[in-house]
Amino acid sequence: MNRLTLFMPLIICIGLGAFLFSSLGKDPQELPSALVGQPFPEFSIEELNDPQRQVSVADFRGDSENGQVVLVNIWATWCFACRIEHPYLNGLAEQGVAIIGLNYKDNRILAKEWLDERGDPYQFSIFDPRGTLGLDLGVYGAPETYLVDAQGMIRHRRVGVVDERIWNKEFRELYNQLVDEANDQ
Amino acid sequence: MINKFGLFLLLFISCDLIAGVDVVSFSDESLRPRYQQLIQELRCPKCQNQNLADSNSPISVDLRNQVQRLLEEGKSNDQIKTYLTSRYSDFILYRPQVKQNTWALWAAPIVLLLIGLLILYRIFQRQKATVFEESVSSQDQARLRELLKNSNGDSN
Repeated sequence: MNRLTLFMPLIICIGLGAFLFSSLGKDPQELPSALVGQPFPEFSIEELNDPQRQVSVADFRGDSENGQVVLVNIWATWCFACRIEHPYLNGLAEQGVAIIGLNYKDNRILAKEWLDERGDPYQFSIFDPRGTLGLDLGVYGAPETYLVDAQGMIRHRRVGVVDERIWNKEFRELYNQLVDEANDQ
Repeated sequence: MINKFGLFLLLFISCDLIAGVDVVSFSDESLRPRYQQLIQELRCPKCQNQNLADSNSPISVDLRNQVQRLLEEGKSNDQIKTYLTSRYSDFILYRPQVKQNTWALWAAPIVLLLIGLLILYRIFQRQKATVFEESVSSQDQARLRELLKNSNGDSN
């Protein structure tokens, strides 16, 4: 028994060390996603390019009757990382991925200029200058990207830039699976 | 010399007093203490270790405004916290609710305190025991008394 108590501090130290070491790779900036598995929040907001047009979750369906799998990308002209991300989104859109923009706390004129200059990968952009929809989504910075299935459920959330590495690691498999499911219906 | 004294006096100025210039207005002043308490207890999602009251990041400003709006709408503190956690997850609470995945967090201080007390108790017990072992046995005590008596007799 004395032998065992003698080793207790060592055992505790190793246990604590293992726990701390396993936490090393985790990103402390990353919040657990409260909305994954939840339906995309309801909204009715102006479109960016056409202020007369009110867009809502129903518009995510696009032309297809069964709905479509979409990426919802939160972007802004003041967001530096969005500049880095933008070309990759253009590429995804060319491959046929449906992307909806959420222009977050931005200026309409600047945002339009940005899309003219850099290309517009979005089927449409929701214009949310005061961040009300952003708040309902739990957005705390830009860029953020949500993968929404054909039923309008949020299936994945990425805080930060989506690039090829992240797409392959976090999105591609799930995206393909969701597209297949949507087509089967 | 007076300058040094002046600088020394500056040490006693509270930064909180200077920082706390709040321009929030309420229709009912009784909401203000609740507002203050909530923004102290809610954590800024963007910054790691600041509450909403301390942080000036845009998201904190938005969330402070939202808390104020919800208070004006007559929501209870619990309703406001639920509103925020459903969007920003439990991360936003500096005082997490007692749930299945947080019980360890809440119980840890008490458990650690009990373990500490147990260890202290054992140490004291052991010390007592060793003191007793080292104390002089009755036979020795008798011999000692004998010796002392003899030596006293000698000196007299």
